[in-house]
Amino acid sequence: MEWEKERIRNFCIIAHIDHGKSTLADRLLEYTGAVCGREMTEQVLDQMELERERGITIKMQAVRLNYRAEDGRDYQLNLIDTPGHVDFSYEVSRSLAACEGALLVVDAAQGIEAQTLANVYLALDHNLEIIPVINKIDLPSAEPEIVKKEIEDVIGIDASCAVMASAKHGQGIKEILEQIVAKIPPPGGQPLAPLRAMIFDSHYDPYKGVIAYIRVIEGSVKTGMRVRMMATCKEFELNEVGIFKPVPASIDRLLTGEVGYIAASIKNVQDCRVGDTVTDAGNPASIPLPGYRRVTPMVYCGLYPVDTVGYEDLRDALEKLELNDASLIFEPETSAALGFGFRCGFLGLLHMEIIQERLEREYGLSLITTAPNVIYRITTTTGEVVEIENPSKMPPAGKVDMIEEPYVKATIMTPKDYVGAAMELSQERRGIFDNMEYMGINRVMLTYDMPLSEIIFDFFDQLKSRTKGYASLDYELAGFKQSELVKLDIIIAGEVLDALSVIVHRDKAFYRGRALVEKLRELIPRHLFEIPIQASIGNRIIARDTVRAVRKDVLAKCYGGDISRKRKLLEKQKEGKKRMKQVGNVEIPQEAFMAVLRVGE
Amino acid sequence: MAIGLYIHVPFCIKKCFYCDFTSYLLTFEAADAYLNALSGEIRMYGHTLPHGLREVSSVYIGGGTPTCLPACEIRSVLEKIRSVFSLLPECEVTLEANPGTISQEGLQELAECGVNRLSLGIQSFQDSHLGILGRIHTAGEAVEAIHLARKAGFRNLSLDLIYGIPGQTLEEWLETLSRTVDLSPEHISAYGLQLEEGTPLKRSVEKGEYEKCPEELDLSMYQAAIDFLTDSGYDHYEVSNFARTGKQCAHNLVYWMNQPYLGLGPAAHSCLFGERFSNEPLLERYLDKVARGVLPVEHRSILGAGVEMSETMFLGLRLINGVNLNLFLRRYGFEANEIYRAQITGLIEKGLLEQINGFLRLSKKGLPVANRVFSEFV
Repeated sequence: MEWEKERIRNFCIIAHIDHGKSTLADRLLEYTGAVCGREMTEQVLDQMELERERGITIKMQAVRLNYRAEDGRDYQLNLIDTPGHVDFSYEVSRSLAACEGALLVVDAAQGIEAQTLANVYLALDHNLEIIPVINKIDLPSAEPEIVKKEIEDVIGIDASCAVMASAKHGQGIKEILEQIVAKIPPPGGQPLAPLRAMIFDSHYDPYKGVIAYIRVIEGSVKTGMRVRMMATCKEFELNEVGIFKPVPASIDRLLTGEVGYIAASIKNVQDCRVGDTVTDAGNPASIPLPGYRRVTPMVYCGLYPVDTVGYEDLRDALEKLELNDASLIFEPETSAALGFGFRCGFLGLLHMEIIQERLEREYGLSLITTAPNVIYRITTTTGEVVEIENPSKMPPAGKVDMIEEPYVKATIMTPKDYVGAAMELSQERRGIFDNMEYMGINRVMLTYDMPLSEIIFDFFDQLKSRTKGYASLDYELAGFKQSELVKLDIIIAGEVLDALSVIVHRDKAFYRGRALVEKLRELIPRHLFEIPIQASIGNRIIARDTVRAVRKDVLAKCYGGDISRKRKLLEKQKEGKKRMKQVGNVEIPQEAFMAVLRVGE
Repeated sequence: MAIGLYIHVPFCIKKCFYCDFTSYLLTFEAADAYLNALSGEIRMYGHTLPHGLREVSSVYIGGGTPTCLPACEIRSVLEKIRSVFSLLPECEVTLEANPGTISQEGLQELAECGVNRLSLGIQSFQDSHLGILGRIHTAGEAVEAIHLARKAGFRNLSLDLIYGIPGQTLEEWLETLSRTVDLSPEHISAYGLQLEEGTPLKRSVEKGEYEKCPEELDLSMYQAAIDFLTDSGYDHYEVSNFARTGKQCAHNLVYWMNQPYLGLGPAAHSCLFGERFSNEPLLERYLDKVARGVLPVEHRSILGAGVEMSETMFLGLRLINGVNLNLFLRRYGFEANEIYRAQITGLIEKGLLEQINGFLRLSKKGLPVANRVFSEFV
């Protein structure tokens, strides 16, 4: 198709998890002939197995669709996929910046959720044209009119032309495509200006190096061009320029307004950061595109191999993952209890879980993960300010003048019947009430200032269980605040287990210590000797418990018919042991290191 | 090389509440079909088994309840066995007997047809315990059965006892032990009650109808059995077994020393030529296979040298004398101390194993927690 900027539409899809984004994307691809139904694995935009299992998109892709509209003209539609989770909100903002419009997909039975709302606001900030799509209208519980009104009341956009769709049954797809053509403006930008293209995602390909996904804002980019990354100042010669249809296809050049990828044998994703501006090294733009920032990890945990010989393997695996994930950071650390491992920083809890699972699944590693914690800013009595990302690094109490911890602005959306439950939970978690707003007749939006550490401590699970699954949560960082925090140590068989140390609020230390000790007593298997477990703050023991010794464990009978069965029993016993970490004389199961997350309030 | 021969009789008058062995309620038709198939299975081995493996050093007829079959049927089974296998002169021939299913005449006939050892399930001398276990006999009937067996001429009696029964006290257990010793059996098995998956007793405990025996008490009872029986002149020779001099159970030693054995009947297990195989546990399938002229084997697995060695270790360690290290070396060509160096050193350091006069054995401390030791060898 001849390039004509007026006939390009760049759009993304905003939806809550499970509201049908992936299915809708599949249908759009099918309808425009980008893929045919049979050759399509379900939900082609979600590449990784893990994503598919969790039903969330982690890595974005951009697909070019060719569509002949009812006006008889051919259009180039670029669908830019966005991640749907708060952990990846910076990536979301970059992909929104690459679009002129967005499909807002809302489940006809469930209505708007907190995450959707957060992303819609982001989209409105970027001046995107929003096309409401009410999906799953085939469900018996669908209430499209109520949802339509909710969109109007809550978001304040006109939903009278909202598309009634059922992505599952292919209903409404054509109408969506027509509205994209009719309502979303074509891209602007000067075709003859020096190149400015924004990187909105990247991934590492073992053959081609880093593949950067770009939106050309001004000028054009072509194979063989020498480009400069304006934030990192690195220069590369492009050996490929291409588009996804959705399979990658190399083309000669990408012009103003177009979306595609570039490859230049770039070895490291760190050199090709999301949000950075690509320009022509021979004719550089004078100022980069706005909006670039380096994302900083907010959640940290220790990762240790169960078996000390696995350390090198773990490092290799982390280095490989790092190639593909610029927001993953790690550095070696040593724990007295766990030996050599790494302190890893993540964007959020989901990001952390995904990395852990990939390490275990794709690299076959057996890992001990310590409970996640946030970063703390400590002012010592000498006036020095240090940031620690590991509780065991906390200076002795006597040397600490002040501790600050990161706060977030948390937005909770819940049906009005559960407002009490949601408020109660937020208060328990040291939340400071900020605002409460009715959205329509039945739903309420609560905002709280809350310590991030409370959010990562199973807040979302609790919120879900206390609101019967109806509430949704979104949060954004809101700086550091001073708190009354103390370090809680766990002592097992007389030894402080550094990997179990946590920083908690003073008022909760006693409770948390007791709950943790009890949980550990359940998790640590009985040994041939007694194992005392204690929790302490400084030198003061605040809780204690004991794992009783095994006194008798012997099979009474073992005759001919029993041998294979009993052998299996013994193998199971041994297998269980393999997943434990030997700390001193005591074997501690992997889960114990996450125990702090599992003590209920 | 002589083998041990096991015959499984899968019938009972009533299944005990703690039992998870293969057993059906006895009916005339089923017993008839079973006995026919068993003869068939014996005949098949007559055609296929090399003559070197037909020498039998011990026969064990277990169940189920072998004594719920008429004695003449046992006689005919033994006759068929003799027609295919050759029983060595000193061959031990054990029959498991339930005190609720024996008679003077029956015992007489069993003694005449070559059964020379009876294993009687006594379990406890308290009728209330027998009720909890679901036994079909009383303590009085058990004593009577022992007298009958002696009268019929049995010189080698073994009594099975169970401790750790819900509600049982240490005193009650000591009483059972002392009444047992008063009857002077040649052999005693004292088993800690195990709540097996799927048994009614386990369900009752889970429902809270009975309270599981506390671990400390279980241990005290075990120690009490060892002390009392040893003081009464019984040699503690295996985790749960005690015998007068020379009266150890030859057949069970075959298992613990990991020697070859052949099992006949439904669900019976065999271990021959480094292969372990087990018969169809379902009576119907067992009957069907034999009727079609195929061996009624359900599952076979070849044991590699590694598995065989590990079994020789964990079975042998059940014996109080332990594993004969010299025999191990001769059998496999490797020192056990080489193959299991880390495990053995570690366990000796922890005081759970000890090495004495060429034997590796559980220490006093290791015995009650033997599974912890065994699992190191699998």
